[in-house]
Amino acid sequence: MRTLLYILQKEFIQIFRDKSMLPLIFIVPVMQLLVLSYTATFEIKDVDLIVLDNDRTGTSRDLVVSFSGSPFYNFNGYAENFESAQQLIKTGDADQLLVIEPDFEKNLINENSGEIQLITDAINGNAASMMVAYAQSIIGDFNKNLIINLNPTQQIGIPIQIDALFWYNPELNYITYMVPGILVLLVTVIGMFLGSMNLVKEKEIGTIEQINVTPIKKYQFIAGKLIPFWIIANIDLAIGLLLAFLVFNIPVMGSVSLLFAVASIYLIGILSIGLVISTLTNTMQQAMFISWFFLVIFILMSGLFTPIESMPDWAQIINHANPVSYFIKINRMIMLKGSGFQDILDELIILTAFAVSLFSFSILRYRKTV
Amino acid sequence: MSADINITNVSKSYNEVVALKNINLTIDNGELFGLIGPDGAGKTTLFRILTSLVLPTDGEVHIGELDVVKDYKKVRRNTGYMPGRFSLYSDLTVEENLNFYASIFNTSLKENYDLIKDIYIQIEPYKKRRAGDLSGGMKQKLALSCALIHSPQLIILDEPTTGVDAVSRMEFWELLKKMQKRGMTILVSTPYMDEAALCDRVALMQNGKLLAVDKPQNIVNSYKGSLFAVSANNMHSLLSDLEKLDNTKQVFRFGETIHITSNIESDNQYIEEVNKHLVSCGYNNISIKKTNPVIEDCFLALMDIETEDKDKAE
Repeated sequence: MRTLLYILQKEFIQIFRDKSMLPLIFIVPVMQLLVLSYTATFEIKDVDLIVLDNDRTGTSRDLVVSFSGSPFYNFNGYAENFESAQQLIKTGDADQLLVIEPDFEKNLINENSGEIQLITDAINGNAASMMVAYAQSIIGDFNKNLIINLNPTQQIGIPIQIDALFWYNPELNYITYMVPGILVLLVTVIGMFLGSMNLVKEKEIGTIEQINVTPIKKYQFIAGKLIPFWIIANIDLAIGLLLAFLVFNIPVMGSVSLLFAVASIYLIGILSIGLVISTLTNTMQQAMFISWFFLVIFILMSGLFTPIESMPDWAQIINHANPVSYFIKINRMIMLKGSGFQDILDELIILTAFAVSLFSFSILRYRKTV
Repeated sequence: MSADINITNVSKSYNEVVALKNINLTIDNGELFGLIGPDGAGKTTLFRILTSLVLPTDGEVHIGELDVVKDYKKVRRNTGYMPGRFSLYSDLTVEENLNFYASIFNTSLKENYDLIKDIYIQIEPYKKRRAGDLSGGMKQKLALSCALIHSPQLIILDEPTTGVDAVSRMEFWELLKKMQKRGMTILVSTPYMDEAALCDRVALMQNGKLLAVDKPQNIVNSYKGSLFAVSANNMHSLLSDLEKLDNTKQVFRFGETIHITSNIESDNQYIEEVNKHLVSCGYNNISIKKTNPVIEDCFLALMDIETEDKDKAE
């Protein structure tokens, strides 16, 4: 036990003496949280719309006005002809093209139906479907008004009215959804990188050779490498939660101590992955590359940016082995829903199993021979 | 623990590469033993086996009663090892490094101060300086202090004087002599032949084999044949011209002269032959003197026999 304390003392001296390390550990996560929370949003604002109005009547103008009045749209003017409109989409100056067919108004009145065409730049499929959804809702409102205006005497209403209620995030604010996930992301990055860099650094510089001839026990050495970054990552999480509350006004609905308990278990698992990478590699460059590989996969599959439910079946199965996705799920539950111990128990058991097995594996992998 | 070392039939290979071939060696308790050989001879591998960092492919090593493989824990407690590459923490100060290594051996700087006093006194003025900022000689002294801090019976030093200036090298050897007087067994490797004479016994090592194990003086005495130091006005081409000589076993540069060894009985006849050859090549100021061999000459002669044997075997 005393030996472990001496190792910890040494590790902390080294961490705090490294002038570039300290800002990295504490400032980078703050930047990540502040920048990513605003940028990682699915909302599409300022859709650049151009209109090819072949009708040029009051009704067609009304339709254009209902688009240009929407906060999601930038009305970029009328196109002369279809070719020039096509060119604008090609160059990226327009995202969406609304074509109003000739005799739009006349057909509406005479035949009760008019035709328009909506062309969307669908390079980004996700964004395209959002843009189409916006357009549909605007056209839907326009339709409703048309029906009422065209038949003022008959009381034809819309048969089913949807009145949607959004729980836990009533304003459908993306930041609220993203922040808990990004908090997980930043403790994961800190844990995995620092964990994987540290041991391999001793190998690369050669200090491990002197350590290996001492009576230090394996678990003491590994624990000495793990505990400092475990503490630092928890402090990072605390800073992140504080910022979430102060900057984004997202309080933790559930128990803060439960959140930290889960984080502590999760971090043992992540730090152990880092240490295993560290024992498998010989240089910091190799360790860096392998950590990146796992991090990118873990994070992109974690459900942080895209819902896990929409992934193919095989990806969902692989995701059962992704600790990041469990913690993101738990963190969202605790922070946004106020879920308690019982609600997260299943995920917590899995995370604990991860932590125990990865930590044991990292001790097994580390050999005191060259 | 007595620290006599018994190395029996030790071999080590890394995949295809054979680093050590059937090494047998006994080192007595309290001896200052030198392992001399060029880079790649296998010195570091042998030391790593002795410190239990590497497992031998074959054979056994005993330090006193202890088997380095089975009793590695006890071996590590009683052995001080100074790796060839500076392996202390460059970002910790001199004092912090010493305290750290003392504490993981469950001792303290104070407790064993007496033991390292002679060395530590020289680096103490810099104790607040980071180890990475020390000069080469100072680094080696700090590394030796750290290797000694737990009062080991055996210390193993892998090329402690490589890359260290001549004055520091002499100081370092004086320190080793002092440690030996305290009863420690010291095993040291070096690529510098001149340091061999400072050891009680030396082993000449090449290509994973021991060429000779003896007292430095005995190795020199056992030198066979006559050795001549040759110099002339144009040293530049002298070497290649001497290589064309008949009746000559070896030609190699040695300081400011060139050493050659004769193949024939009569020294006078040989000198005459060499002189005639050099005069015909157009040299002036020719000097050919019989000289006493030093370790380096013995080593080169042994290396030559070794390669001849190998050629014969093939």
